[in-house]
Amino acid sequence: MARIIAGVGSSHVPAIGAALDNNKTEEPYWKRVFSGFEKSQKWMAGTKPDVATVVYNDHASAFSVDLIPTFALGCAPEFPPADEGWGPRPVPVVKGHPELASHIAQSVILDEFDLTICNKMEVDHGLTVPLNLLCGKIPPSGEWPFKVIPLAVNVVMYPPPTGHRCYMLGKAIRKAVKSFPEDLSVVIFGTGGLSHQISGPRAGLINSKWDKAFLDRLSKDPKKLTHIPHIEYMREAGAEGVEMVMWLIMRGALDEDVKEVYRFYTVPASNTAVGHIILENKRTVPARGRSSAGKTRQAALRKPSQRIASRDAR
Amino acid sequence: MARTQHDYDDIPGTFVFDAERSRQGYGINMFCMSLMKDENRRAFKANEAEYLKRFSLTEAQREAILKRDYNRMLELGGNIYFTAKLGATDGHSFQHLAASMSGATQDAYAEMMKSGGRSVEGNRSKSGKDKLAKSKSKSKSKSSAKRK
Repeated sequence: MARIIAGVGSSHVPAIGAALDNNKTEEPYWKRVFSGFEKSQKWMAGTKPDVATVVYNDHASAFSVDLIPTFALGCAPEFPPADEGWGPRPVPVVKGHPELASHIAQSVILDEFDLTICNKMEVDHGLTVPLNLLCGKIPPSGEWPFKVIPLAVNVVMYPPPTGHRCYMLGKAIRKAVKSFPEDLSVVIFGTGGLSHQISGPRAGLINSKWDKAFLDRLSKDPKKLTHIPHIEYMREAGAEGVEMVMWLIMRGALDEDVKEVYRFYTVPASNTAVGHIILENKRTVPARGRSSAGKTRQAALRKPSQRIASRDAR
Repeated sequence: MARTQHDYDDIPGTFVFDAERSRQGYGINMFCMSLMKDENRRAFKANEAEYLKRFSLTEAQREAILKRDYNRMLELGGNIYFTAKLGATDGHSFQHLAASMSGATQDAYAEMMKSGGRSVEGNRSKSGKDKLAKSKSKSKSKSSAKRK
């Protein structure tokens, strides 16, 4: 059976993608941001998931204001990078996992989450920037190291889904993945945030205290976060900071008790506070009938993350 | 018809892009969306007022676009992810737009961001209502106390 082994939270600031695409990663301003993901890339290389479900939002790329789906799941075999006005980002086409994606769609709709199905969709920086942060720079001729199931959430038009709704959708996704017969390991990404406001006279708002409290609770006490109303996100973390509800889908898809293996926070990247966290499910019971090679791989995988954790603790 | 008032209208310096603004600003946002195509960008730059006739816009919306009054565009239903495409068509960086919306020079804005961004202190509420709203909710009282 398939199972979710870990969750990744990451900002998806477009300027991070631009810095990467224009080879600015060594400039001190950007090095501060990218150096925070070096350990994460090692962790990802060691974890080697088969599939990543990436919860993100579209920024007027695939969806205009003609259609505003609250939850849209990508079931296509591939998702080309969108042209966001400067040509598509120079990254590989994102390969999907249509079988698992349609299985998730069927399962969560029957669990009363009325998803929109996308059999054709382009993906913008909201999805590709976190992939880069966790996998490094990969030329368009290369391949992302795993299949991706995009889950686009409306956080552009108010109201986005509530934090509680997001958390419960995460639980439904977890159940769906668990009931997929193929032996696959899945990582789920929650992206966006952290505090930022990019519109209106209050643009530039950052609230590090609030962000850090959010990360603490995400790790240890996520149910508390599900009660935060939109007004509090917008007031405290900026009008666009409300997109942090997407992290709760990721968190809902994990065990209640998780191991935080890594965290990074820096201000700013362009107009935004950059937040990042890696949470692992503690119980990684091998699937029945899983090959011993699979078990060995799992055992090997524990090492890099433990190394990260101990380094981080120092 | 006057705009329906909402709790989030109390947040200073903020135009929340809600369903009502989404409806009113459809023309602004679809105009901005059209700027994703190079041929449209060129047609717009060649004759802005003429190009805008292709979209259903009110006089106030048209004026805000022509004047590049980004705050007014937001107030009249534009969304920042869309209006940013107009900024890009003009060759401006996003920080240029953010600075202009917040009434700062681009240098001053960039400097503010580097030193940690705009503080939330004094920027939470137009009326001070936020304190009342928080004390109502027991589940949040601990965190809001911590924040002070």
